[in-house]
Amino acid sequence: MAADVRAGTRSAREVLDEYFDAITDREPEVHAFNVVLSEEAREAAAAVDAAVARGDDPGPLAGVPIALKDNMCTRGIPTTCSSRILDGWRPPYDATVVQRLRAAGAIVVGKTNLDEFAMGSSTENSAFGPTRNPHDLSRVPGGSSGGSAAAVAAGFAPLALGSDTGGSIRQPAALCGVVGVKPTYGVVSRYGLVAFASSLDQIGPFATTVEDAALLLEVIGGHDPLDSTSIARPAPDLLSGLGDGVSGLRVGIVDEMTEIEGIEPGVRDAVRAAGAGLEAAGAKVDTVSVPSATYGISAYYLIAPAEASSNLARYDGVRYGLRVDADDVAHMNAATRESGFGPEVKRRIMLGTYALSAGYYDAYYGQAQRVRTLILRDFERVYEQFDALLAATSPTVAFELGAKTADPLAMYLCDVCTVPANLSGHPAMSVPFGTGEAGLPVGVQVLAPTLGEPTMFRVAGAIEAAGGRTPR
Amino acid sequence: MADRITRADVEHVAQLARLALSETEIVSLTKELGAILDHAAQVSALDTHDVPPTAHPLPIANVFRADEVRPCLPRDEVLAAAPVAQEQRFRVPRILGEEP
Repeated sequence: MAADVRAGTRSAREVLDEYFDAITDREPEVHAFNVVLSEEAREAAAAVDAAVARGDDPGPLAGVPIALKDNMCTRGIPTTCSSRILDGWRPPYDATVVQRLRAAGAIVVGKTNLDEFAMGSSTENSAFGPTRNPHDLSRVPGGSSGGSAAAVAAGFAPLALGSDTGGSIRQPAALCGVVGVKPTYGVVSRYGLVAFASSLDQIGPFATTVEDAALLLEVIGGHDPLDSTSIARPAPDLLSGLGDGVSGLRVGIVDEMTEIEGIEPGVRDAVRAAGAGLEAAGAKVDTVSVPSATYGISAYYLIAPAEASSNLARYDGVRYGLRVDADDVAHMNAATRESGFGPEVKRRIMLGTYALSAGYYDAYYGQAQRVRTLILRDFERVYEQFDALLAATSPTVAFELGAKTADPLAMYLCDVCTVPANLSGHPAMSVPFGTGEAGLPVGVQVLAPTLGEPTMFRVAGAIEAAGGRTPR
Repeated sequence: MADRITRADVEHVAQLARLALSETEIVSLTKELGAILDHAAQVSALDTHDVPPTAHPLPIANVFRADEVRPCLPRDEVLAAAPVAQEQRFRVPRILGEEP
């Protein structure tokens, strides 16, 4: 698509109109977007077409529509995090990823719905109502980047960006049948990403194919001086090695992230079949144990809320967003936060504040950080024997709306297979592979060591090929 | 464990977190936080007495940059986002006991 636009054989405007037709057609029932940026997108497309007409190269994503999760700052365009507390806020700057997308010629078509402040696994915790799964409107798209996953699955945009703190890109990608990538922590700048849990958050791509996801990651990745946790390296080179195959690669199927209680047989079978597909393609596939991965969820649901309780202290009714007035500043803060935050955000702020409070810090937060070390060490040990790992992404296919909203713990357990890679900082991605329960899409997760993206994408490409999906 | 979290704990933490919780929220959070912490307490089953904590996945220390004057966000635009601004400042209700 970008090649056609760059060559001038297809205009960015034509491409955009096609996607807007899909949005007009199905967005009312899917509700992937908090805002659709029709005018801005048409102007950007016109600029790309003008550049082509002048003989300039508009970039590797020339005229490609993209949807952005609504927790990435866009200058002058509302950025809500699907929360009432940011009501009316228009950021005074663009996130680094947004700048890089624009420089590459991509066209931002809208800001997508999410669980409020990215806290959730179903996109039902949004102040603006849930997003629905395009494959079955009675089911959730997963979360928290459910709007971005649904937008790509419904054909509203060929690409999208999400953020992944505990699985928020990979789990919705699996549930919506698209590719979703959480890069190595520090590969993509977090400048302009509204912070949830700063040591875990990472921005990454959604796409319909592994190749498209690789192209998008090449565009948004690479060092950014505005993010002090950004790795001082250029973006990974992914496309050049994508066709190299997996012959000779050692791939381990992680027991603790596949053979678990509550996993659907269809999901487990898909992981095994993906392993068999890799073996047929020349990889050496074995099972492997990562014992501490079992403790991932417990550690994660202490560390992430602790960091969130600190990050979300900034919403105090002083500098931006909502204010509920009161006689003094402390009551104004408390009234604003009570009114502006939804139930799940309050729950996590409370949990995190408790885990960090005097008398409990060491038993909860301190212990969780030590368990994080154990998880990191376990994975590093396993990566001495394996080039990549295989696991389930989500233990189940997409569930019905409302199925888990009454039980926060049940919702948290959706992330059992995805949180370990956030705690370790390693890259991981979900690739669609066949269908499971009720004919719904299943995702298989590929994991790799720090900066192992090139290998991870090769393995993902081989799984995609084994799944019989024909890219575009 | 039935009483990992009491109502008094919830009220105290809400105060620390600056959340004016409703009565219904206090009741439900007392129950929910207890259940979540029971699950989270699984981490205490692991022996970690000689394991250092990991706060961050990357082995980075302080990152420095050159001390150069660079343009920052325009003050008017930033203040325009505030609920109340006055004389180039954020305006808030009274902080201590003084008259406004």
